[in-house]
Order: sequence, then C-alpha cells, then structure tokens
Amino acid sequence: MKSDYEKPMAIVSKYGNNRDSLISILQDIQSECRYLPEDALRVVASQLGLPLIQVYGVATFFKAFSLEPRGEHEVRVCLGTACHVRGAPIVLDEIKRHLGVNPGETTDDMRFSLETVNCLGACALGPIVVINDKYFGQTSPGKLEKILRSYE
Amino acid sequence: MRRSTKKLQSVAELEQLRSRILKRLKKPCVSVCGGTGCHAYGCSEVAASIKKEIKRQGLTRQADFKVTGCHGFCEHGPLVVIYPQKIFYQRVSPKDAPEIISETLLRHNIIKRLLYVDSVSGEKVNFEDDVPFYKKQQRLILGNNGLIDPTDIEDYLALGGYSAMSKVLFNMQPTEVIEEIRKSGLRGRGGGGFPAARKWETCRNAPSPDGIRYVICNADEGDPGAYMDRSLLEGNPHSVIEGMIIGAYAIGAHYGYVYVRYEYPLAVRNLSLALEQARAYGLLGENILGSGFSFDIKISRGGGAFVCGESTALMASIEGKIGEPRPKHIHTAVSGLYGKPTNLNNVETWANVPLIINKGASWYSQIGTEGSKGTKIFSLVGKINNTGLVEVPMGITLREVIYDIGGGIPNGKRFKAVQTGGPSGGCVPESLLDLPVDFDRLTAVGSMMGSGGMIVMDENTCLVDIARYFTKFLTEESCGKCTPCRDGLDNMLDILTDITEGKGKESDIELLEELGSVLKEASLCALGGTAVNPVLSTITYFRDEYRTHIEEKRCPAGVCKALITITIDEEKCTGCQVCARKCPQEAISGKKKELHKIDHNKCIKCRLCQDVCKFEAVVAS
Repeated sequence: MKSDYEKPMAIVSKYGNNRDSLISILQDIQSECRYLPEDALRVVASQLGLPLIQVYGVATFFKAFSLEPRGEHEVRVCLGTACHVRGAPIVLDEIKRHLGVNPGETTDDMRFSLETVNCLGACALGPIVVINDKYFGQTSPGKLEKILRSYE
Repeated sequence: MRRSTKKLQSVAELEQLRSRILKRLKKPCVSVCGGTGCHAYGCSEVAASIKKEIKRQGLTRQADFKVTGCHGFCEHGPLVVIYPQKIFYQRVSPKDAPEIISETLLRHNIIKRLLYVDSVSGEKVNFEDDVPFYKKQQRLILGNNGLIDPTDIEDYLALGGYSAMSKVLFNMQPTEVIEEIRKSGLRGRGGGGFPAARKWETCRNAPSPDGIRYVICNADEGDPGAYMDRSLLEGNPHSVIEGMIIGAYAIGAHYGYVYVRYEYPLAVRNLSLALEQARAYGLLGENILGSGFSFDIKISRGGGAFVCGESTALMASIEGKIGEPRPKHIHTAVSGLYGKPTNLNNVETWANVPLIINKGASWYSQIGTEGSKGTKIFSLVGKINNTGLVEVPMGITLREVIYDIGGGIPNGKRFKAVQTGGPSGGCVPESLLDLPVDFDRLTAVGSMMGSGGMIVMDENTCLVDIARYFTKFLTEESCGKCTPCRDGLDNMLDILTDITEGKGKESDIELLEELGSVLKEASLCALGGTAVNPVLSTITYFRDEYRTHIEEKRCPAGVCKALITITIDEEKCTGCQVCARKCPQEAISGKKKELHKIDHNKCIKCRLCQDVCKFEAVVAS
C-alpha cells in the first residue's frame, strides 16, 4: 500500500536523508508503527543509499527495535540489580505463567507483549512492573493477577 | 517557563539579567520533586493539586511553585519542600495540598503528619538539612536539583549558572583551564576514574589537519540499579551543558554530542529544551556571549545496548552504525568520532567542571582523599531502608553510607554484601564495611567505584545467584565481536547456572577463575575485560556459599529455585486455606483450621502462597 512507504520516507527526509541518523530514524518508525516492518527497512535502506544488510544489522543489534508487531499493552518487568535483589525473578516467572509468553514475545491475541528492562531508575519501588506508561511498584506474585486483569 | 529575551551579548548583560531574576525570586517557593522515583509514586497529581490550590487561594503572585528534578530521597516520595525554610514533607498525597498551602505557606505552621520520622530516635524532623539521610551527604552537585525547574533556564541563572563559563571564556586561556582541572584532581565519574585533565590535554594536543575536535557527554548509564546521571540530566541539564562548553573551549572543539540512553526519554526532552533555551539566550552556539568562541551540542539517542556505554561503541552508534567497540591502541582522544580527536566524559564529570572553575581547584581538592578528589553520587538501592541518590565526599566509609545515610537493612535482616560498580564491579562483605569509598581502595579489594551503583544485599540474597545474574546480563549485552567475551561469557554462564541448579562440580570454581583470567587478558573491551569481577569477588569472599551449592546441593539464602523446597511451618499455620485457594497447581491440601501441606511433585515454586500468607508460615529452604 502506498501509505506504507510514505511514513518511513517522510521520516528519513525529516532527518535530511542523513546516514548518521539511522538509529533515530528507526526509532521514529518504531514509535509510529509499534515495530519495524520489513518494507520500512527496505525504504530506509534505499533512501539512505545503504545496503539492506546494514540497516537490518542496526535493527537487530539494538534492543529498542522489534521486527515483530508488538501487542496492545506493553508489559515491562525491571530486572535491574536492585529489583532482582528484591525478588523480580519471581514476579517475572508469575507474569510468564499468567500470560503464557516469554520475554520478547507477544500473546497470540496480540493483547500483551512482555519485555524485560535493566533499570528504570525507580529502585525505591522495586520490584517494578510497567504497563504502557503506568508504574506498578512493590509488586509481588500475589498482586499480579489483579493488575493484569485490569487490562483485560 | 521561559520569558522571552534577546540574545545576551556580553558578560555584563548576563549579570544584569541575573540581578533582575534574583530580585523577582524573593518569594517563598513550594518545590515538588518530579524525579522518576516520585513520578512512579504519583507526584504529578500532587504537583497538579498544589498548583491548583495556590491559584485557588489567590497566591500566584506571592509564592513560586516549581516541579523540580530528583531530590534524592526516593524511598519517601512524593517529596515537597517549602523554601526558604526548607520545610521537608514526605509521602505527600494530592489531598494534602489545601492544608500545605493554607497552613504552611500562609501561616508558617508545620503539618506534623507529613514530616519525616527519624527511625532511630523516633522524632519528627522539620527541615531538610536535619533529615539524617541528607545530613552526612555533601550535595555539591545534586543539591541544586530542588531549586531548579529544569524547563526554565532562569532558575539555573539564579543560582549563578554560566558564571564559570563567563570566567573561562573571558579571563582564562585554554591551557589555564586544563591546568585548573588538573590541580583539582578531577577523575572521570563514569567508571574508569581516568584523570580528566590528562584526557583533555591529549585531545587538545592531538593532530587534526582540519582542526575539528569533538567533546561528548556519555549519558548511556547502562549499569542496572544506577540512575544518578539520569537525575542530573533530567534535573539540572544546564550544569552539564556549561561543563561541556568549558571543556570544549579548553580542548578547542566547536561541536559536541550528548549520547543519551534510549530508556531516558524525559532526559532527552529536558536536555533538548535546555539546549534550545541556552541558544536563545546566547549562551550556546555562535559567538557565545560575544566572546568569539562558538560551540554547539547535538543529542544522539541510544538504541538500548549496554555496550554503547563503551567509548568506541558509543561513537560508532553516533555515526549510525552498530555499537561494536574497536581496539584502543589509539585512544579516542586522538582518533575518535569520525576519526577526529574526541574527548568523552561522563555526565557527572562534566557537571563537576563549573563547580571547580567557580570555587577553584584548591577548594575542590580539599574534599575527598589523596587519590580521589571531590564528591561522588551513588544510587543506594536494594535491601536498604533509605533508597535514593546520595552524594558523599570521597573517603566516607561504606558503613557510614549504608547505616548513617541509608538507615540500615529493612525488616531486621542482616547485612551480607554491597555490590558496587555494576557488572564490572564486585561484592564487598561485612568485614570490609569500614573501607573508605574511593577509586583505588574499592579496586584494591576486587570491586570498583564504577558509575556509582551501590546495591545492598541481605541474608536472603544468594551471592552465587548474583554472580550468575551479572554474567547473564553481560552475555545478553555482549556485542559478539570477540571470542573471549562472546564464548567465554556463555561458558561462564553455563557453569554458574549448573551450580545454581545443583549440577555443580568440584572443579567448577577453578574453571571459573581460569576462564575469568582469559577474558580479562584477551577481551576487546572492558565489558568482557571486567566481566570476571562479580564472579571472582563472590568466590573470594563467599567461597563457602559456592561450596554449599556444589557439595551439599543447597542454597542457604533460599533463592535458587532448583535447590529450595517450599514448606509450611507447622507452628505458624492457622489452616485458613488462603494459600490453597491461590495455588495455581492445586498443590496445597488441608482442611480448615488444620495444618496445610504442599505436594512437592506439583509445586512449581511460584511463591504465590508465600505472598498471600498473612502468618509468614510459608518458608523457602
């Protein structure tokens, strides 16, 4: 579809077709589309005059990018050291069990994507779970069901 | 809120503006902490209700209101401080707003229930400086956060901002600036602890045919558990900008970058705004303050890669490439970004520069120890009562930080170790708590200062699990370029995982030590090179714990899933059936008011039962 090409093209132009801005370009596309569609990568490579493999390399090297569509709700579990020490792994296990996915995956119904992050800078509230932009602090396995249910 | 102004074209104009600002600010001020920690506690609602209340009571002209950067005492947020007295309110909720305005702001009455209670004396504390958490700190860099709305450059000007830059641009030669930084003893705050002046001088003297040099601020802050740089950048971005301008002048650079980690969008936003405002006021860009010196800064965002905190990987990322480090036979100060001489320093390092110029190297070098001058900001987190950001003079002991400032370990548990330096650092046991905190002392005991993460651990933390945790983190972040790191870390992780699952062998400890030494010698960059530190330091100080895992297949701290069993304490169980109902595997049986039992064949150790039990009857052993 024509519009699939327009967005990425506009974003590349916004950065002056500058190769150095590749990471920022991909970040903007990711924000718009919630992931990096293959066609968008091809457009970016073509417009910047870069081999596709180079764009693909950057897209797969950095954790910020996903080549698979993300779910409606992004569940992020902090696994920073402070949260780890306060029991984050047990919280993560419980979320994995409840949603039936591993970190990096999305539920079949596309409602939830699960990610782990390494420190959100809110260590006083550890273990922390962030759903979209809402912070849930001092979580424990028992509190998760209610939290997740509120998004269902 | 920025008031529109034309570009300042001289120091005199800057000073005139400053006096006008100071005259305007002779009012009481309500300062609400807008740091990330407080955000998570709901400070936006608190701020909104206070602002609304000030308006409702018709006090908008008589009092200032600010949402500031992080005040540091994250455990007790949301925080509200009322100036000039510095009355300190903690755990404030939106419904406290009317009372705060009518009682404290108008009538100077203190609301007792919002005060901090000293956990030792049980007494309430009225003023910020008397709060034990702050008392032993020396908040030279972070202290200004409470007074600055990061979206308003004039707050920074009110505190003397950009006066160091003026002094440098008009009264000092570049070499004099470098000399002043050398005399101060400033060492890099990002982890390396390299003398800043030496790096600046190397960069200044490195040949550059077209005269181009760069200065970069490393705001990648990858260590999990560390968020000092975030709070500095979000709360006081101008201190970093001013530091970079001074450094650029000393080095002869006209272009700068701030490389901000992907996970810090608020820092990017506040920094962008600060750069815009600095340019509008003539404090950044072409011909700064009419001095003839031009310098500007761009922001470059990271993509979520720990390795991009390493200087060469960072620069590759700015160039739009994969963040792979390169060998540093030639340092980046000589050949860095785009092959030009580049000076890279950490956020906190840059923020120290205006302070040194303003107060002088002699004053600065009196703080700290022989080899480590100045203060250091730490994120004190983990099993600690007073979680937050602390700024202390180098040379303070770990014990003072953890107990006097941190308030000790919660729930009456015993201290076990403190981890410093992130994945490149190590664990320090109780026997070394009187160690003064400084670069060289921490390195000597197998840890390191690092960027400032200080993770406190108690008796329920398994140090083998911690070693495995850091190794796993590094395997995920390894760029994969060099064999020792890519394959060596994988091997180390396998061994450590086996140990935590009861499959460890007698020879494993020696094998880990051997692998570690290979990584240390042969890795391309410090990610692999320092990866051995968490493992080695835990083996050194907690060898017995490793042995217990290997020989007895037991985890004394009750953490390693494969080695623990969840049981119900006969003496504490009341037979309330709550756990049985909650268990997802229906593994708990027991009639009402009778002792419950867990079927270990069904138990998946999810700990839901432990979490819901109100009688602490469920134990992991």
